[in-house]
Amino acid sequence: MALSREQMAQRVARELQDGFYVNLGIGIPTLVANYVPDGIDLMLQSENGLLGMGAFPTEETIDADMINAGKQTVTARVGASIFNSAESFAMIRGGHVDLTVLGAFEVDVEGNIASWMIPGKLVKGMGGAMDLVAGADNIIVTMTHASKDGESKLLSRCSLPLTGAGCIKKVLTDLAYLEIENGAFILRETAPGVTVEEIIAKTAGKLIVPDDVVEMKF
Amino acid sequence: MAGLDKRVATYEEALAGLTDNMTVLAGGFGLCGIPENLIAQIKRMGVKGLTVVSNNCGVDGFGLGVLLEDRQIRKMIASYVGENKLFEEQLLNGQLEVELTPQGTLAEKMRAGGAGIPAFYTATGYGTPVAEGKETRQFNGRNVILEEAITGDFAIIKGWKADHFGNVVYRHTAQNFNPVAATAGKITVVEVEEIVEPGVLLPTEIHTPGIYVDRVILGTFEKRIEQRTVRKA
Repeated sequence: MALSREQMAQRVARELQDGFYVNLGIGIPTLVANYVPDGIDLMLQSENGLLGMGAFPTEETIDADMINAGKQTVTARVGASIFNSAESFAMIRGGHVDLTVLGAFEVDVEGNIASWMIPGKLVKGMGGAMDLVAGADNIIVTMTHASKDGESKLLSRCSLPLTGAGCIKKVLTDLAYLEIENGAFILRETAPGVTVEEIIAKTAGKLIVPDDVVEMKF
Repeated sequence: MAGLDKRVATYEEALAGLTDNMTVLAGGFGLCGIPENLIAQIKRMGVKGLTVVSNNCGVDGFGLGVLLEDRQIRKMIASYVGENKLFEEQLLNGQLEVELTPQGTLAEKMRAGGAGIPAFYTATGYGTPVAEGKETRQFNGRNVILEEAITGDFAIIKGWKADHFGNVVYRHTAQNFNPVAATAGKITVVEVEEIVEPGVLLPTEIHTPGIYVDRVILGTFEKRIEQRTVRKA
């Protein structure tokens, strides 16, 4: 069975470490915040200028001046700090964020990522995604392994305009967890009940299957 | 308005001197911390051909979106513009030019502009459409592109509190691009929720020192919420 969105978030959450500063993108990455393991204290960075994003507010505490990068109303946790946009991206560009999780349309064996622009469709903008992928060292891309039509999104070379070049080393799809090294995807884990054959069939870029591939447990 | 007293009484005075084809930097992220009354005044003035630099372009009928109604914006420099039908329309029929700029690069362009730095290298955008036509270099094995600074004829800023010296503090995440844009305007105009007596704002808490600010005006604000998300109490 392919992973659900929640399971993908749970799997990513296993990469969280005590003391991490983490930036979570929109969509599945946002769900990761729901699965922070016990005993781990971390700060969520929101690129509009908030380090230490807390829970959503209640109706009583909602505040138009307190939002996250998805423009949702949020709160700040104890220990949070708030700053301007240049400062926020100094943190990101300067490599101070320990883990970045974001979605994508495509990734390839060179670590390229395409996530913001589909030619012929209206382009809304890259927001902070280009800064995040260029500035972060430790990035996990979350995406479905293939399109609804079965077209692989793990490619030899991205077909869409890039968000960043050579910056992705870890990909979690609904079928597998893979790393990117030396021009190939390395299969590390399979989703429960998903065969290696299916993953091979749905991976267009060069795929290496080591002997020690493990099945994820939930 | 005299000496170090930056206060003005009317929005007409606040934006006096703004004319067609100027570049306007606007603070705000989404609809949070936008100078909503200064934007409304630009609409009333009817100036056209503006280049507007802001992370977003408001929504239909609010924020910078209102400047699209009479086609006052010729060019928009922004990182994300997805919330606005009129924007899409004008973009698709060629009435509006847009220069999509990565959010951190946009902030740094204004920071650099305000700090007298004409351009800077960044890895952001290397190998992407953003890099087209730009100088590239390598530093320590890292590929980077040259990005030029941005300054504006006017910067329009939303603060929380100011004193008559033009010292400004911002409230929560309504800070965002405001302090950065404030440094990069030839004329920087700040509208605030409260003008306090001199000495009330502590020197250590000032976000924008008054040296960057030319005019301060007291406003009242709607503060519209774009994505109302709550948990149960």
